[in-house]
Amino acid sequence: MSKNINLTLKVWRQKDATAKGAFEDYKVADVSTDSSFLEMMDVLNEQLVNEGKEPVAFDHDCREGICGMCSMYINGRAHGPDTLIPTCQLHMRKFGDGETITIEPWRAGGFPVIKDLMVDRSAFDKILQAGGFISINTGGVPDANAIPIPKVDADEAMDAASCIGCGACVATCKNSSAMLFVSAKVSQLALLPQGKVEASRRAINMVATMDRLGFGNCTNTGACEVECPKGISIAHIARLNREFLVASVKNL
Amino acid sequence: MSGFLKSSVGQKFLMSVTGLFLIVFLAVHLTANLFLLFGDNAFNTVSHFMETNPLIQIMQPVLALGFIIHMIYAAILTLQNMKARPQSYNKFEQGHSSTWASRNMFILGALVLIFLVIHIMNFFWKMKVSGSPLLAEVDVDGVMMHNSYALVAGLFTNADFGLVYSIFYVLGAIFLGLHLHHAFWSALQTFGWSNNVWRKRLEVVGDVYAVIIAAGFSIIPLYFLIFM
Amino acid sequence: MTKLNSKIPEGVLKEKWTNYKAHQDLVNPANKRKIEIIVVGTGLAGASAAASLGELGFKVKNFCYQDSPRRAHSIAAQGGINAAKNYPNDGDSIYRLFYDTVKGGDYRAREANVYRLAEVSNDIIDQGVAQGIPFARDYGGLLDNRSFGGALVSRTFYARGQTGQQLLLGAYAGLNKEIAKGTVKMYPRTEMMDVVVIDGKARGIVTRNLITGEIESHFGHAVVLATGGYGNVFFLSTNAMGSNGSAAWKAYKKGAFMANASFVQIHPTCIPVHGEFQSKLTLMSESLRNDGRIWVPAKKEDAEAIRNHKKTPEDIAEEDRDYYLERKYPAFGNLVPRDVASRAAKEVCDAGNGVETGQAVYLDFKDAIKRLGKDVIEARYGNLFQMYEKIVDANPYETPMMIYPAIHYTMGGTWVDYELQTTVPGLFSIGEANFSDHGANRLGASALMQGLADGYFVLPYTIQNYLADQHSVKAFETDLPEFKKTEEDTKAMISKLMEIKGERSVDSIHKELGHIMWDHVGMERNEESLKEGIKKIKALRAEFWKNLRIPGEINAINVELEKAIRLADFLEMGELMAKDALNRAESCGGHFRSEHKTPEGEALRHDDEFMYVAAWEYKGEGEEDELHKEELKYEGIEVKTRNYK
Repeated sequence: MSKNINLTLKVWRQKDATAKGAFEDYKVADVSTDSSFLEMMDVLNEQLVNEGKEPVAFDHDCREGICGMCSMYINGRAHGPDTLIPTCQLHMRKFGDGETITIEPWRAGGFPVIKDLMVDRSAFDKILQAGGFISINTGGVPDANAIPIPKVDADEAMDAASCIGCGACVATCKNSSAMLFVSAKVSQLALLPQGKVEASRRAINMVATMDRLGFGNCTNTGACEVECPKGISIAHIARLNREFLVASVKNL
Repeated sequence: MSGFLKSSVGQKFLMSVTGLFLIVFLAVHLTANLFLLFGDNAFNTVSHFMETNPLIQIMQPVLALGFIIHMIYAAILTLQNMKARPQSYNKFEQGHSSTWASRNMFILGALVLIFLVIHIMNFFWKMKVSGSPLLAEVDVDGVMMHNSYALVAGLFTNADFGLVYSIFYVLGAIFLGLHLHHAFWSALQTFGWSNNVWRKRLEVVGDVYAVIIAAGFSIIPLYFLIFM
Repeated sequence: MTKLNSKIPEGVLKEKWTNYKAHQDLVNPANKRKIEIIVVGTGLAGASAAASLGELGFKVKNFCYQDSPRRAHSIAAQGGINAAKNYPNDGDSIYRLFYDTVKGGDYRAREANVYRLAEVSNDIIDQGVAQGIPFARDYGGLLDNRSFGGALVSRTFYARGQTGQQLLLGAYAGLNKEIAKGTVKMYPRTEMMDVVVIDGKARGIVTRNLITGEIESHFGHAVVLATGGYGNVFFLSTNAMGSNGSAAWKAYKKGAFMANASFVQIHPTCIPVHGEFQSKLTLMSESLRNDGRIWVPAKKEDAEAIRNHKKTPEDIAEEDRDYYLERKYPAFGNLVPRDVASRAAKEVCDAGNGVETGQAVYLDFKDAIKRLGKDVIEARYGNLFQMYEKIVDANPYETPMMIYPAIHYTMGGTWVDYELQTTVPGLFSIGEANFSDHGANRLGASALMQGLADGYFVLPYTIQNYLADQHSVKAFETDLPEFKKTEEDTKAMISKLMEIKGERSVDSIHKELGHIMWDHVGMERNEESLKEGIKKIKALRAEFWKNLRIPGEINAINVELEKAIRLADFLEMGELMAKDALNRAESCGGHFRSEHKTPEGEALRHDDEFMYVAAWEYKGEGEEDELHKEELKYEGIEVKTRNYK
């Protein structure tokens, strides 16, 4: 049943990429537990605008859990205290009346803060530009049913492909490692016959780019898969490692 | 090759190879040590074998190298990891998503290293370099050999420090066990030898091994403390 | 009187596209790299076009307002993509896909475009598989299909409930490949502010950098708008929060006609609205109608008891349930097209049989679970059920889902000819941003098809017919007076917004606009309410320009300013939508005028008067927009009254 709660928000405010930034406390009253977390942030922002203050900047777009734009570290957890969802699908029924909620941006060298709760995740695009594709052009491809693909492989590839690129894996990893993100793409394409052609090049180049962009090293704590809104398994990291090692041996 | 060793996965591969090698070493070491429970002759015979067997002699520097690489890369990787998050979280909840040991491998490793240094000074150094009056040669079935048993017994039954050392050795074994709890599966994961089915099995194997090592090494000081 | 030349090629319907391609002009490979093309938007249409044009060797600049091209709202499409592959051997063909699409659109789409769409549909699936898209497969390893509304065959390919995501990531991968090669330059977090027209041709755009606030000019030999639909004029819709109609509206003001603006699709299966704080409506895929049965309590007192929480849906006996779609449309049942399903839901709720807030109906999986088992249902819809449970806090395996129609897609958009070129030479419009293929109602799983058809297989051809003689045009300097003036106009508009310094937030005005649109230009319209709506929109626009408050700075990230710029355009666009709806005194597809219905309450078309595309021309501030008519001729299909009974 829906009810209304009062909250104190401890929100990270930072003017721009170079500013120092600090926490500020805000009170929001009468938040419906049926509202989403971002709708609660809308209420806060409406309040701030009405007071003539600058609203809190945060990334969000589709608000249905698939675009991967929302990115908040809520009460010490990526996307807050629920599993298998990004922030936009977190609902206020997960919080209690009178609670203080700490809201921070993703913290990682690879994801610099650009304002308040917004970070720059262009590193993810750069990693995918290093090889997260199959090098075919438009047109001139075989019929879609020309290559049968075992259902289990297609399903596992789909598990990996469901990554929304939100960066929760990096944000929650104690090392800020991007291995789950990188492995999801490498694994998806390694599982499919179409992707095997350039599998070696892909693994080597994507890992090299990931390393260059300042992400940490995976120590297999497994935190990423717990916080991943799509539940992507670290078994894909194992496959990435395998692909990388095999590719390295081939390159010797 | 240099590209491989500069890459994160390559460096972790080195960690895993050396780690697994050290895991194998631990099994050999524990097996030898457990002969302490069967009396002085038994242990001295094993010690003598270890001191004289050519293969073991060859492996000693390799083992040292394994330790050194494992430690150096642990330091390098940990430093990189710390740099990867220049500003930390105000609130960082991790308890629900990962084990304490997996997050603290470097600290556990450092604790094991402290233990290792003292452990080497206690035994290896004395046996190989400085010598000790306790090591005076004894005759076992007509073969003259160092009385390694006396050295070990002397440490744990020492009237002044025996208790301290015993506790210290038990703690060392526990830290080592915690380190191994994450280490075994993690090394195989880094090799790519894991998936959703095998992960659970490998984690069980790793845990069983960690318990055997921790308990096995703890039994020895406790045995001397309680029974000698 | 008409200025419209749709450039439909001569010849019989099924040879038009082949003939066009055989005779069109092409650009020589060496000249391609001298030609710059601007693509605005990175959804299915934009990303696939930018990647394909890059592959051909053109210099492409691609823009999006999001932080990454991968986030465009195509990603949220759930159910699937149609193609005439006929893999299930159930009688599908290019003609049947064409037929279903024209009929589904209630005979208000341009026949030649739709036939071409059906022709290239199969290539899209081939392309997707080659890109590594993990479409659903059966145990034999071949592709699986499911059925969607408005069709009697299973022609919908899917990747779980995330088909749009997978297709978009496929196009995005192609884009990444071209970015790495250097043929495409990507400008994320950059929003188009205006089109620059020089000597009657589109020659570039002016943008705002959303991080620094900088106003910049970009030259292009041609400009392609792939900026999606304008459903957010209703505030609450299934669109992303940032989805907007500004690019299309700015193009409109620069001479690109806007067609069928009132054709808005209301999707029948969305999670119902539950409070004033709500920011967005979440779609539950149409694919759910394959197995779910839609019903409301047949007795009003039961419905009321449910609304008052005195009864639960489980308390309603089978014979007291009204499976109204199965009752009214026995041939198509729960799989009638979206407009029909939406209107039926509104009808039963208006009659007092709605549940929850009164604005909701049930979508029940009880029978499907009994017939197929929970596992099968979970495999088919697991992620949708999980999403529903997270949002509503109820378990759809145990209790029926609640759904209600919501604004989803805009069939209307920038008018384009057969080449997808607008009335401004050099300005193209693709995907949801144009009007051409869906008529008055879009069938499920056809938006993905159209976006990708335009981007991969149509625009890369047709744009060359325009560009063939453009290689001699040297890249313009962006300090030309036309660029400077457009920059100045943009800056003036932004300053004007910032200086209002009134009392109201952007969202509060946007919500108000949404209510006006829903009440007056929504699922059911009539002359009186439309006229009243126009008055209200005008008044609200005045209020906006008098009483808006935007905190923060111009030259920095300023989310309120971004929203205000978009809302300013919505406030004008809403009025044109109402005018278009007022002009079209008939009912067709998603456009339902309550004065024009059959005795059974179905949409009543007036083909003699309205078998045309209504293309509006902007005549200047304060002037009445001028209507141009593109007559629709159907040669390959007999025009009938839609019947799903």
